[in-house]
Amino acid sequence: MAAPVYLAGAFEHPTREAPEKSTMQLHAEVAKGALADAGVDPAAVDALFTAGVPGLPPLTLADYLGLDPRYADSTDVGGSSYLSHVGHAASAVRDGKCDVALVTLAGRPRSAGQDTGTGVRRLKTVQDSFERIYGATNTTMYGLAARRHMAEYGTTREQLAEIRVAASRHAQYNEHAMYPDPVTVEDVIESRVVADPLHLLDCCVISDGGGAVVVVSEDVRSELDRECVEVLGHGEAIGHHDAGRIDLTHTAAVDSGERAFAEAGLGPEHVDYASIYDSFTITVLEAIEDLGFCRKGEGGAFVEGGTLQAPDGDLPFNTDGGGLCSNHPANRGGMTKIIEAVRQLRGEANPEVQVDADVALAHGTGGSIGTRHGAATLVLGGADR
Amino acid sequence: MSWEPRPVPAVTPESEAFWAAAAEGDLLLSECTDCGLVFHYPRANCPDCLGDAVEWREAAGTGEVYSYAVARTLGGWPEDDLPLVVAYVELDEGPRVLTNVRADPDEIAVGDRVAVSFVETEEPDVAIPVFESVGRDR
Repeated sequence: MAAPVYLAGAFEHPTREAPEKSTMQLHAEVAKGALADAGVDPAAVDALFTAGVPGLPPLTLADYLGLDPRYADSTDVGGSSYLSHVGHAASAVRDGKCDVALVTLAGRPRSAGQDTGTGVRRLKTVQDSFERIYGATNTTMYGLAARRHMAEYGTTREQLAEIRVAASRHAQYNEHAMYPDPVTVEDVIESRVVADPLHLLDCCVISDGGGAVVVVSEDVRSELDRECVEVLGHGEAIGHHDAGRIDLTHTAAVDSGERAFAEAGLGPEHVDYASIYDSFTITVLEAIEDLGFCRKGEGGAFVEGGTLQAPDGDLPFNTDGGGLCSNHPANRGGMTKIIEAVRQLRGEANPEVQVDADVALAHGTGGSIGTRHGAATLVLGGADR
Repeated sequence: MSWEPRPVPAVTPESEAFWAAAAEGDLLLSECTDCGLVFHYPRANCPDCLGDAVEWREAAGTGEVYSYAVARTLGGWPEDDLPLVVAYVELDEGPRVLTNVRADPDEIAVGDRVAVSFVETEEPDVAIPVFESVGRDR
């Protein structure tokens, strides 16, 4: 049996727009917040995990925060990176490489003036010359996935809209949510077209902010007063173009989920609450199927009837309002997925959406399911399970 | 009409022949003569077996729409080229290639038959393959 590893601290920055702050300042603020939540002295941090930091990420951040890590990892698979970091930190702790791992995320795309569907101008990778020249952006690429899912399985725009509706109903109880007003299926359908079949309310917010978590060993946990959440399982996988055999209706969650559940010795039927990456409504729909909550192609019917709505739905999800309504800091929604799962397991979610949760899942989809993406899944357990 | 001001590819030693062939009106695929994989985008080593016996193979230039999205807003894209139909076309040789389809956004459907055409760029050795709708099988 692998040694237990815990999430001892979690902190989401309350800001959604921070024109007066630097990105590095936000990293410092979330690091301070998560360490304070755990009750851990900053000097005890001996491992550092981050992604998306300019320059050489661990060097830039260790220097700025004044940390002396003996272990560092800046795996970058997009927005799901932070879920991977928690898994990697758990392995490092079990290997005796570190005892207190700090994972941070911060960014300011909103203040930088980013608009929906931007980015076609930057040709940086070998693939860009075959993709971005045609207008491949996150909005068009996820639009392709949605269209194919609709064509292959009869999924409807109304079914996709149910996902936004559930998120918006949760967001109304989150004082920090960027869009706290509940919406209807009709509101989603009638919002302006971005990349048909995806409309504006199928897309996540663009927000400034960040978050951080602290991963600790059993020895450290036993000295803390804070309720900790156990990392029961972690799995990850990469999905890509596959030489031209890309399947837009499946994501790498098929593998990351199976690996995480296997490590935890649990299955989808044990999950009381799920944080599921929601860059777009279709991202959630495909992940629900791929993680095994329903069969492939049946996600549309599954999300109908309030299945995702807390506290009474069968699979309450993203009870903070998620990336669709609350926060998608730095265009990377993985960190907030972990944080809300920790809140749920500690009984610290907003009371109206608090679930009786012993087992939570947090899942990230980074990059683009239309081209290449990272999938990372965590299975987390509450203190009383 | 030239492709610009839409973004143009960065031509590399691996892709130079692909773009030059497009300028001559040919759509190329890559074929591994060791394991037989026919693939896109071009690479010097086969993404199935990593063998370097990769040769160019002329594609028929026909296929069908695997999926498409219609962009109504696209930052950095010329306004007069919107709406834009971004699509994966499944070529008759197998690979699904990302491209644009020149079609009425209200008429196009998954499964439509399409054929390649080429748009010149300001660079004489570079043209951009796109697809035109040529009918529906169903």
